Amino acid sequence: MSMFQTSSQTVLPRRQVLDGAGLRGWFAKYASQVAVSPSIAIVLIAVYGFMVWTGVVSFTASKMLPNYNFVGFDQYVRLWSNPIWRIAVSNIFTFGLLFISISTLVGLALAILIDQRIRIEGFFRTIYLYPMALSFIVTGTAWKWILNPGLGIERLVHLWGWESFRFDWLINPQYAIYTLVIAGVWQSSGFVMALFLAALRGIDEDIIKAARLDGANGIAVYRRIIIPQLGPTFLTVLVILTQQAVKSFDLVVALTAGGPGNSTHLPATFMYTQTFGRDQMAVGAASAVMIFMTVAAIVVPYLYSDLRNQRDDV
Amino acid sequence: MTYNPIVRQRGVRHRTGRIFIYLCLGLIAAVYLLPFLVVALTSLKDLEEIRDGSILSLPKAPTFEPWRQAWSGACVGLECSGLKGFFANSLMMIVPAVVVSTAMGAINGFALTRWTFRGSNFVFALLLFGVFIPFQIILIPMARSLGALGIANTMVGLITVHVVYGIPFTTLFFRNYFISLPSELVKAAKVDGAGFYQTFFRVVLPISIPCIVVAVIWQFTNIWNDFIFGTTFTSGGNVPVTVALNNIVNTTTGVKTYNIDMASVVITALPTLAIYVFAGKYFLRGLMAGSVKG
Repeated sequence: MSMFQTSSQTVLPRRQVLDGAGLRGWFAKYASQVAVSPSIAIVLIAVYGFMVWTGVVSFTASKMLPNYNFVGFDQYVRLWSNPIWRIAVSNIFTFGLLFISISTLVGLALAILIDQRIRIEGFFRTIYLYPMALSFIVTGTAWKWILNPGLGIERLVHLWGWESFRFDWLINPQYAIYTLVIAGVWQSSGFVMALFLAALRGIDEDIIKAARLDGANGIAVYRRIIIPQLGPTFLTVLVILTQQAVKSFDLVVALTAGGPGNSTHLPATFMYTQTFGRDQMAVGAASAVMIFMTVAAIVVPYLYSDLRNQRDDV
Repeated sequence: MTYNPIVRQRGVRHRTGRIFIYLCLGLIAAVYLLPFLVVALTSLKDLEEIRDGSILSLPKAPTFEPWRQAWSGACVGLECSGLKGFFANSLMMIVPAVVVSTAMGAINGFALTRWTFRGSNFVFALLLFGVFIPFQIILIPMARSLGALGIANTMVGLITVHVVYGIPFTTLFFRNYFISLPSELVKAAKVDGAGFYQTFFRVVLPISIPCIVVAVIWQFTNIWNDFIFGTTFTSGGNVPVTVALNNIVNTTTGVKTYNIDMASVVITALPTLAIYVFAGKYFLRGLMAGSVKG
């Protein structure tokens, strides 16, 4: 009897705290919700609220300052009839396609090479990955100097004796977009390597051993067994690189500044110049909505399946 | 760590194969290192040497004058006081921004995994979306809001922006970390009657050091390297170092001083490079965690 008494006595105060009356009890009971509520409020306002706000602005006649005279889809019509926006859209396809495919291929190749029981693996990994620690402004400025037609690589090759060598992509409207690809791949392929390497290290060795016993050689093992198993990693890489490409802003600013002659504008730089440079806020907002929709179309299904798989795992 | 025993062939074929692999790795490593080498070499030459030599030629008389200029004499427009003030801006901005966003991420991660409530999964999904938004969609409203709050073009404003858009990332890191911890620890604390914050500070935080390191490194690198927020929400003397670097390079009064530009590049890159060299392991973990694999 007395034992029950003491145990219920020790339990009682705690229960009082849990569902007891008063502000303190309420805070103790909902401590977790209270703790995350500032972040929820911040994200609801600064992510979701601002998204809606930008959407609303894109339907108005805002110029330098927002006004709320609604003009329907006029700004979207203006956006799509703007030649620079069209260049930006066509550029993002060229840039995105090359940047994503080359980064993926280089990253995968590096991962496979490094996975061959390399003695100084850490040393190579460090070198391939360091560009990832740099700002795109740093990368862009460095490559602007290297690709400088008068003093950079072109001159280097001239001094080596090949006098007629021409490498003026940076100032050539037709080829300038490819300089962005070069710098972008240099910056991002190491990260792709890291992702693939982690995946390679996670593959079940017994399958590989079995294949080798069946007489498959190294290349066949990679082609038929290992690479097909990297499917989820390919998807992750694709999603990350795609949104990196769509968001690309700093690299363009530092390397080409959209030039020569608007030839290297991307949607992100277009949005910035329209909004903050040319006081066409509504057009800028419309372009931001287009950028957002593109990213959302790629990321939302990916997140959805990722979160659902996690729930299935539990 | 296990290895794929792919290269098992013996004899000459095996050895030429190995040499080929090392040759490939070495060549590619050279390509990755060259830009940094070129930048460093250029920053140590005077302008005459730059005009006469090639980007790869060694400086005949190495000089740190461009570095001194970059630090305290390079011009942004008409103001010629170098990067030092802007470097200080970035430092002043980064400490509070990293601390606050990491702390909030840690509490969120704990609340969403080890002190769950109805709808906590939904809350996580809500926050997680913030990791992926292209910032173009929030630039205009944020510029207006900072103006309305009276913190446009101030450090406080820029810190706020970095905290706000850092929270989704740090929450993701800590959530992924805590979910891998054994839940018995927290359950035991709960049975002993410990409250939310007691459990967080006494039980969970002490074993979260690895994740704190990852989150801090990630936030530091991202905030230091930021350009779009800095250039949109600050101007003049208040800009962070990345924006100042871009302004120095694009200042077109007089002769183009490539050596000073390149010294500025190295100075701007130094903090994040140092972190990468000294804590590369954690840096990589941050990158991987940022790719949403929990």
